[in-house]
Amino acid sequence: MAEFRMPSLGSDMEAGTLVEWQIKPGDAVHRGQIVAVVETVKGAIDVEIFEDGVVDELLVVPGTEVPVGTALARIRSAQPRAVPESPEPSTSPAPIAATPAAAPSEPAAAGPAALAPARGGRLKVSPAARRRAAERGIDLADVRGSGPDGAITLADVEGAAAPAPRPAAGARDLAAMRQAIAAAMAHAKREIPHYYLAMPVDMAPALAWLELRNADRPPEDRLLPAILLVKAVAKATKRFAEFNGFYRNGGFEPSEAVHVGMAIALRGGGLVAPALHDARDQDLDALMQDFRDLVQRARSGHLRSSELADPTITVTSLGERGVEAVFPIIYPPQVAIVGFGAVTERPWVQDGRLIARQALTASLAADHRVSDGHRGGLFLAAIADALQQPELL
Amino acid sequence: MNRDEIQSRLTQILGTIAPEMDAAALDPTLDLREQLDIDSMDLLNFITAIHKQLGVNIPEADYPRLTSLAACVDYVAERR
Repeated sequence: MAEFRMPSLGSDMEAGTLVEWQIKPGDAVHRGQIVAVVETVKGAIDVEIFEDGVVDELLVVPGTEVPVGTALARIRSAQPRAVPESPEPSTSPAPIAATPAAAPSEPAAAGPAALAPARGGRLKVSPAARRRAAERGIDLADVRGSGPDGAITLADVEGAAAPAPRPAAGARDLAAMRQAIAAAMAHAKREIPHYYLAMPVDMAPALAWLELRNADRPPEDRLLPAILLVKAVAKATKRFAEFNGFYRNGGFEPSEAVHVGMAIALRGGGLVAPALHDARDQDLDALMQDFRDLVQRARSGHLRSSELADPTITVTSLGERGVEAVFPIIYPPQVAIVGFGAVTERPWVQDGRLIARQALTASLAADHRVSDGHRGGLFLAAIADALQQPELL
Repeated sequence: MNRDEIQSRLTQILGTIAPEMDAAALDPTLDLREQLDIDSMDLLNFITAIHKQLGVNIPEADYPRLTSLAACVDYVAERR
């Protein structure tokens, strides 16, 4: 038996509110499946499960705010050998109930709700309503019936569920997000001895290659320069593993996988930095599709838990808005962040001659507990080198 | 499709990219990217939607012409 717990979606998260279950007891679940929606300061997040099994029991009802690590559901592990299925016991210990104190932002919540089956046969409930109530974790005893003889209809259950709806797309508590960013960045500045490096990168070969590559493609298949930058960073981590991973429990844990966090500014303020998974192993077209999808979901809601929890290094392209260079802050527990300034035409000396060249300033903030400036400089140079041969990215 | 219709379709597409925008306050003669805080991903989504919905494929080389909403309307009107 395994427990499915409230995930930590970044070091700035202490608690989350379960908004919705997308599974019910008896359902088979698979690794990577979205099983619940959790509301965080980063918006509503689709939470994935990381094992195969069968849902035994849901322990927390929608509308409840619980600390990171709290068991949300019990999962029976999938057994490779056939085990005779024992009859489903109907035991159902009292789940953690939503209380007004736990969910202060939802004063209209219908009080403690329980997953327990409706008490006795006293209540008249339509089958559809009963099913929906079970899915949503609503205690039918708390629902006022509007049907004949006070029977509870589907609409009544839907109405009772209304106090904990899925937040509107894009709806975010900006003040809460600001607080979370403040906590994470203050932690980073307090704990991580940053060092900062910058170097100019000739972008002419990459942009010329990109122009040709995009020329005969419809807009939906075009690449953005940002994708070349991300891929160059991901490739460079192969020889510079000390910039890809986590600083945890007093030591550095390098990561095999390269999940590049993409700093994405949100309309109306705030930012998130969800992961482009396996950036080193994907080709540019696949990365671009993932990036489009990621930006769209970052802005409209429905980021996935793994995208927030997984980044092993972050990239920020503030140059988009014209700034020349970025001096970024590491997102703990990561150990490095790479910044890219705007591409500008600037004076460039090549073979003793002064020419105009399209270039940008790449920067690195890295954790001195893990690496030194010398290696950092080589890492930046490796990124710049990779961008000189875009066809190999 | 006349210019008004094109402008209304383009405004509609922009509304999906910048949901908070006030269409009435959008000045068609001013810089579009600045008014709506449009980044390169937003621009690509705008151009992709124009291609899919209006059948006009805008090559990258022509991006610099798409300065304002009015300029976008001109561009699409020429090519439909």
